[in-house]
Amino acid sequence: MEISRNQFKEKIMKLVFLVTAMASIIAVIVICGFLFVNGVPAIKEIGVKEFLLGMEWLPMQEIFGILPMIVGSIYVTAGAIIIGVPIGIFSAVYLVRFCNEKVYKIVKPAVELMAGIPSIVYGFFGLVVIVPAFQTIFGGSGKGLLTASLLLGIMILPTIISVVESSLRAVPEHYYEGALALGATRERSMFFVTLPAAKSGVLAGVALGIGRAIGETMAVVMVAGNQPIIPDSILSGVRTMTSNVVLEMGYASGLHREALIATAVVLFVFILLINLSFSALKRRAD
Amino acid sequence: MSKISIQDMELYYGDFQAIKGISMEIPENKITAFIGPSGCGKSTVIKSLNRMNDLVEGCRITGNILLDGVDIYKEMDPIVLRKRVGMVFQKPNPFPMSVYDNIAFGPRTHGVKNKAQLDEIVERSLRQAAIWDEVKDRLKKSALGLSGGQQQRLCIARAMAVEPEVLLMDEPTSALDPISTNKIEELASDLKKDFTIVMVTHNMQQAARISDKTAFFLLGDVIEYNDTDELFSNPQDKRTEDYITGRFG
Repeated sequence: MEISRNQFKEKIMKLVFLVTAMASIIAVIVICGFLFVNGVPAIKEIGVKEFLLGMEWLPMQEIFGILPMIVGSIYVTAGAIIIGVPIGIFSAVYLVRFCNEKVYKIVKPAVELMAGIPSIVYGFFGLVVIVPAFQTIFGGSGKGLLTASLLLGIMILPTIISVVESSLRAVPEHYYEGALALGATRERSMFFVTLPAAKSGVLAGVALGIGRAIGETMAVVMVAGNQPIIPDSILSGVRTMTSNVVLEMGYASGLHREALIATAVVLFVFILLINLSFSALKRRAD
Repeated sequence: MSKISIQDMELYYGDFQAIKGISMEIPENKITAFIGPSGCGKSTVIKSLNRMNDLVEGCRITGNILLDGVDIYKEMDPIVLRKRVGMVFQKPNPFPMSVYDNIAFGPRTHGVKNKAQLDEIVERSLRQAAIWDEVKDRLKKSALGLSGGQQQRLCIARAMAVEPEVLLMDEPTSALDPISTNKIEELASDLKKDFTIVMVTHNMQQAARISDKTAFFLLGDVIEYNDTDELFSNPQDKRTEDYITGRFG
């Protein structure tokens, strides 16, 4: 009697766990379904080539080319990576090896706090601090590719620092000691032995950073200028795929609305590709 | 002529005194073995000889340790010291990179960039460590794919690639099988003509087999330090005798 009751309980719990585990999978499938059902017909109607490679985005004239936005997203994300990854990796190395406990107790919570700041606050910071500063330094509007990249570079720091820090800590201490024992300096031991040993963790951090940067919307809208053009300089205005959706979704209808959803489809495919290529890289690194 | 001279060395971890004022002369081109039960301070002393204890927070050393008459704590840069005094660890710790890069890491650190010169150092070091024939066809493959015994000989080769004068070995065979252990012992006996070797070992037979001098440590003190034959056949101290006859430890 007692045993069968326990078995029953176990079965119920198994079911509960299965359902909770399924929840995220179901969410992904539903999102996929929604995106493709709503977006793909629009791409067909506009024409795949016209949509993906079209240089002009003129909704009033029913011209929907998103190449400027694709390029914009890639540029802004690349800029964020160029700024954020080196700073993030150096910060993580500092936290793991070179800072004393007192400094660590201040820096670590600060980094964690950074991760919790809402993106709209970053956007305000960009608008009120970085934009005027760039106006003074470079002239012009102060909004554009460089501003957005810098802001995003700051925003992805906490992700990169935490992931790289924990992967550096997971590297056995005896690699570091072995390098020191050969007469290497602490910097050399860290950068040429410990950091390469943490390669897969570093790659994961960069991938998460890219994911966050390419998907970020609010902060970018506030500082990027948002002109749907392919930027010709780092000070030029730029519109990303996410900005494109959020700027126009409020009033769009008909094919325009569908074209915006189709923009999200392209973004989704991008993120999928990034994840796949990084997991492939990671497998090779291990 | 002694290579390393330890004079009234005391070592503290915070308030705890781990080494209680030891003095010892370590001769050149000989194997000196440190034996004693766990926690007796033999590893602590060997780590002081290339200043790996600097990494331990709260570690403090008094007295003098001289290498060729120069005080390694007061008059020498640790980078220079560690180039001259190499170390092989208890657990084989090849870097997660290719066999070639493992050996080349040290020379590259010290500024050797020429490819031909690196090739030559890699081959010479691997030959010295008697592992060349086993790895010559897989120099570009990861060192982590080697067996434990091969990894340890690789680490010895890596240490020798920077051409040290002294080789410290901290229980180099404790993680290895008997055949690999035998190879390392033969290697050590062979290497002493070019290097001064200091070895910590748990294994008294090992000390008796290959070392020229032996120091018996107990509770942070050197109880007896003598020629190996003498120490094992005619121990002066009752505690040494008890230990080597297996009455404790």
